[in-house]
Amino acid sequence: MLAAILSLGFIGMIAAFALGLAAKKFAVEVDPRELAALESLPGVNCGACGFPGCAGYAKALVSGTVDLNLCPPGGADVVVKLARILGVEASAAAREIAVVVCQGDNRRAQVRYHYLGLEDCTAAQRIAGGPKTCPGGCLGLGSCQRSCPFDAIEMTADGLAVISREKCTGCRKCVAVCPRNVIRMTPYDATVHVLCNSHDKGAVVRKYCQVGCIGCHICQKTVPGAYKVDNFLATVVYEHSADADEAIAKCPTKCIRDFTTGYPDGSSLTPAVPEKPHAA
Amino acid sequence: MCAAHDRLTEMKLKTFAGGIHPPDNKQWSAHKAIEDCPLPAELIVPLAQHIGAPAVPCVAVGQQVFKGQEIGSAKGFVSVPVHAPTSGEVVAVENRPHPWGTSLPAIVIRADGEDCWSPELEPADPGELSPEEIVEKVRQAGVVGMGGAAFPAHVKMSPPPEKQIHTLIFNGVECEPYLTADHRMMLEEPERILQGVALLQFVLGVERVVIGIEANKPDAIALLTEMCAGTPVEVIPLEVKYPQGAEKQLIAAVAGREVPSGGLPMDIGVAVHNVSTAAAISDAILDGRPLIERICTVTGPAIREPKNLRIRIGTLLSHLVDACGGLAEEPGKIVLGGPMMGFTQLGFDVPATRGTSGLLLLRHEDVPLHPEGPCIRCARCVQACPMNLLPTTIGAYARRDLISEAAEYRALDCIECGSCGYVCPAAIPLVQAIRYGKAAILAKKRKA
Repeated sequence: MLAAILSLGFIGMIAAFALGLAAKKFAVEVDPRELAALESLPGVNCGACGFPGCAGYAKALVSGTVDLNLCPPGGADVVVKLARILGVEASAAAREIAVVVCQGDNRRAQVRYHYLGLEDCTAAQRIAGGPKTCPGGCLGLGSCQRSCPFDAIEMTADGLAVISREKCTGCRKCVAVCPRNVIRMTPYDATVHVLCNSHDKGAVVRKYCQVGCIGCHICQKTVPGAYKVDNFLATVVYEHSADADEAIAKCPTKCIRDFTTGYPDGSSLTPAVPEKPHAA
Repeated sequence: MCAAHDRLTEMKLKTFAGGIHPPDNKQWSAHKAIEDCPLPAELIVPLAQHIGAPAVPCVAVGQQVFKGQEIGSAKGFVSVPVHAPTSGEVVAVENRPHPWGTSLPAIVIRADGEDCWSPELEPADPGELSPEEIVEKVRQAGVVGMGGAAFPAHVKMSPPPEKQIHTLIFNGVECEPYLTADHRMMLEEPERILQGVALLQFVLGVERVVIGIEANKPDAIALLTEMCAGTPVEVIPLEVKYPQGAEKQLIAAVAGREVPSGGLPMDIGVAVHNVSTAAAISDAILDGRPLIERICTVTGPAIREPKNLRIRIGTLLSHLVDACGGLAEEPGKIVLGGPMMGFTQLGFDVPATRGTSGLLLLRHEDVPLHPEGPCIRCARCVQACPMNLLPTTIGAYARRDLISEAAEYRALDCIECGSCGYVCPAAIPLVQAIRYGKAAILAKKRKA
């Protein structure tokens, strides 16, 4: 009994000594700024900055070769913190959020075949170009929803992705995963968007969607400068979109929407009232 | 024929490991002689009909073209030109519905009814041509693999010099259920096939030539065996099993060799061509005629009169239906090609292409939709897979976007034959999942 305690205790002491020595000898110098930077990053590892996770970005930050404002989920607060840690001047990038530019759910837009396969938009898109007749419309199988690290995307009952303005951090994961490029990055302050992604001619769009842009130019004529029509599709010119909401009532297919007054029909999301001012 | 059939059933037939036995349903059209489909008033010739870069239009709207005149030129090595299927006027060069499901560039020709061959096309004497000249003529004639994949034939005819081809296999298997186009071609036009066989043999300088035919075509086996007697061409009957006509499975059955993972048949000194491709090559050289028509089986329970038709490339499917007495009832599914690997169509407003081996019209009751259930780990897909893969594992990885794991399980070796999905009792869309994984693997490779 005693012999066992002694011998094990002796072995333990030697091992502890060896470990202590090894820890000193092979210690890895970590820049304390890197640890601090990692601490201040959100830690969701979304990859929006282009580095392998938050740790990768923290490491790159310390090397001093990258901008401080590459973390959209962190927003302005993180930029301020990072600037303090690294001792440099920096300003936050303007906040951008993702918007699904489509309102054609399975009720409003024509579905051309019955799809019974993988619940994945990319997989569906590979079958004859997707089950929606519209070549640009939201397929509604929720690939973006599953990719969102912030739970910011809602799929409506009729198969349309809607992104919450409050929860979206602008990490662009959904933009990368959408096979139809129907998700756009837009300035957070712009609340009026043309919700259509079809470049087909008006007569063609009318055949397959009740709420598609027909390229009639009325919005452009109503608020000159705030809209441009390119290849039968109107888009908001976000730099000059202060009065863009004046065209909403004039749009014959109701494809322009102001997100401060309401999200697309079928969505349970409601605009935050009053709009939270965002520290930019 | 009966004696031949008995002999076939007694023999131990060659085949591959795995595979399935779907009902072959060839009785609808196997006994129907090839008929010429009436010339439609308008032909829509897609510029993308083959694997590789689409052709580039080389005619203008309003231009008069002759039958067989080049209207789209090849772009790059893995590409072939397309030709006017009849004489007439080019009325449009624009996007039109394509069998691939989207609108793609096509040349629309209004037939003038003369059906007048281009005077520039001239037959050649194969004895005076070098192998290179033959390959070039085949390319100019736009010959592609006629089994359905439509891979440009001249690419397979010009292997790099270090890869010596020693076995040339002709594919007369036609393992897709319902289809009988190759069967009728072997019965009615064996001379065309054998001329093409001789030409390919000459071009590739091959000793051993084999024609593989599934044993459910005893008449074709008997006829070709008789015609090949005294020549180096051997006709081998093969077990009736799907996918016996897939390139790698045919090689396994006939040559007893396996194409290495990620490799090509030419890596083991084998080249495989469809019997119909051989006939098209014969036309291209001996008659100087480009590939503007093919045999297409119009069949299925929803068509009034199943037929084997000789159709012009660019004929609308609706015209094929009319040529077969119209619809017996509203089809539940329209498939271009066979039921296993064919492409389901959204309507009849798409043209037949060079790869259109069949038009299959199924009724609603033939295509019940089963919602997907959970995998019960029965491994039937594993037994059925002719490539010795684990479809359920690869599919599960692909669905979870575990792309490198799917690649490790050799997802890229999948030939998308559909055997796994056919036997799956849970109706899991295995092929779709694996295809999705394959696309992701290839995208990742391109990025790297």
